[in-house]
Amino acid sequence: MTSVRLRGLLPMLPNRRTRTLPSPAASGEVVAEAAGIRIERGGRAVLDGVGIEVRAGEVLALVGPNGAGKSTLLAALAADLAPSEGEVRIAGRPADGWPAGELALRRSVLPQDAALSFPFAVADVVRMGRAPWAGTEREDEDEAAVAEAMAATEVGAFAERPFSALSGGERARVALARVLAQRTGLLLLDEPTAALDLRHQELVLRVCRERAAAGDAVVVVLHDLGLAAAHADRVGVLHDGRVAVEGPPAEVLEEELLSRVYRQPVEVFPHPRTGVPLVVPRRTEAGRARARREAEIGTIPLP
Amino acid sequence: MTALQKPPREGETAPSPDPADTTAPTPPADPADDASVVASASASSGAEAAPRRRAAAPVLTASLLGVLLLLALLSAGIGAYEIPLGDVLASVQHRIGLGGHALDRTAESVLWNIRLPRVVLAVLVGASLGCAGALMQGVFGNPLAEPGVIGISAGAAVGAVGAIALGLSFLGNWTVTVCAFVAGLATVLLVYAMSRSGGRTEVVTLILTGIAVNAFAGALIGLFIFFADNAQVTQITFWQLGSLAQATWPKVLAVLPCALLGLAVAPFYARRLDLLALGERPARHLGVDVERLRVALILVVALLTAAAVAVAGIITFVGLLVPHLLRMANGPGHRFLVPGSALGGAVVLTAGDLAARTAAAPAELPLGVLTALLGSPFFFWLLRRTRRRQGGWA
Repeated sequence: MTSVRLRGLLPMLPNRRTRTLPSPAASGEVVAEAAGIRIERGGRAVLDGVGIEVRAGEVLALVGPNGAGKSTLLAALAADLAPSEGEVRIAGRPADGWPAGELALRRSVLPQDAALSFPFAVADVVRMGRAPWAGTEREDEDEAAVAEAMAATEVGAFAERPFSALSGGERARVALARVLAQRTGLLLLDEPTAALDLRHQELVLRVCRERAAAGDAVVVVLHDLGLAAAHADRVGVLHDGRVAVEGPPAEVLEEELLSRVYRQPVEVFPHPRTGVPLVVPRRTEAGRARARREAEIGTIPLP
Repeated sequence: MTALQKPPREGETAPSPDPADTTAPTPPADPADDASVVASASASSGAEAAPRRRAAAPVLTASLLGVLLLLALLSAGIGAYEIPLGDVLASVQHRIGLGGHALDRTAESVLWNIRLPRVVLAVLVGASLGCAGALMQGVFGNPLAEPGVIGISAGAAVGAVGAIALGLSFLGNWTVTVCAFVAGLATVLLVYAMSRSGGRTEVVTLILTGIAVNAFAGALIGLFIFFADNAQVTQITFWQLGSLAQATWPKVLAVLPCALLGLAVAPFYARRLDLLALGERPARHLGVDVERLRVALILVVALLTAAAVAVAGIITFVGLLVPHLLRMANGPGHRFLVPGSALGGAVVLTAGDLAARTAAAPAELPLGVLTALLGSPFFFWLLRRTRRRQGGWA
């Protein structure tokens, strides 16, 4: 009785001991799904009738042109945005039915741009990823999870530097390390490779693969179709707020569809050694000549 | 206040008998190549370096406490009627029944009816302002937020000045405090609503909002002065300049509950304030109920600011200066910053009040004037520094 009353008086002492810890999902089990969701922003439907399933043990890549609704779909799966129609379910429950504290044990989110109001040290930022587990029995993994996440993203070298002193790519990796340290069964990554060099793009996608192999579900928004083809189990192509097509990369990434969706002629051909589909813009001699002409009269500034 | 007393997460009380809960997490991935092994090694060396950096916190806390105690004793002894340090200690010991001896009647009266209430009030007000500043900066995610700068002190002062000018006394001793609190709360909410867009507060918007709020509050105070009689005008002017000269035990008792409640509650939000530095959405992704956190903290800030303003008038820059100095000394972690700022604020205000009383003796400088005199150049320097570092305003 006394303790109940005390807890009521001290709202900041959450009774975390009694939270339900997530149990690991079986491989292939649906851990998050959107069914017929519609999301409007500024009166315009950004997503309309979108359905997608996220399964444990899989890397799902969301691709599509700018403004297709990739980040919005990711935000919906993260329970950041509530759809006006349809439903989002996370770990078998409606997304809005989860308290924030329990949801944080089940899904982690990497935002597109990593911001920080105060100059925390890198190690402290990564450690923030462990906050949801404070007071649970899995709190004991904190140090191991932080060290592992920092090693996986190669940010250990600047662990003690303030976040604000890092370059854009370094910040992106620190943000990813924080998300990895959270050790949730569902990872939602919004353009984790956008600011990264070649080596670290590969590294990040390899980490995604490893997490999927360990039984987690990974959703990753990508712009690089080559990365999606090489590393994703399934690819969802978004176009005008709908899922144009969804399936294994080899089936989904085909010339006609991509050319239409991106309004840019592309060629798709298998890599000579691995057979992984390569997606390359179709660059004809005529097209290049036109670009040159336009550059000369200054309509398209060349770098 | 009821919002503060609600249990935080009703939905989280389900027991977890499921043995699967104890399952180990995903095993660490094999190091992909040599480079990540190297990175791993340096990561662990980084983890070893962390405690060394944190060791600054206990040292800082201890030295701040020591300085505060020393200043309090000095402040109790120094003045028009000098009381030697030994006598101060003896009298305090005597009163709490630990030996010592009583002083002569004048000394005893000066010490216990004039000096000590003032010292206690300086500590309470300083702690409230310092702590409110640290919380405010955390809530707004902006190092330039401060109750004085963005107009909350002025807003609370409108309530207090209004209560004085209109001769309100519906709550006895508490009237001024309650009016200051209500007006302060209204101002916080106003500033909050006006200066936020898309979950962030831009520096420019925040400062401009502060200018508008300060101007409006100034106009209201002017209006109250216009309608007040001479005695009230003196009282109000005193208020605007900020001073602890009217400290009495009843005043201490009037602020004590507000200040203590605010100060006691604030540190429990420290960890979540750290997460809030990542932004609103990432904080929510880490399990923080951001809206509830903001509302609760705004109430706490209003409580602390109102408590301070109600007894001491407008004292600016303490809440700006102290958290910044501490952040430079020990990093931005709120677990030290929030209680540390309370302690640092108490030190600054006790020292400030001692200086205000003695610098131009026998005359007494208004405390608010003194802190503004010293705080404004600091604020200016801070603006320059922030701008240089960011290369412009966010």
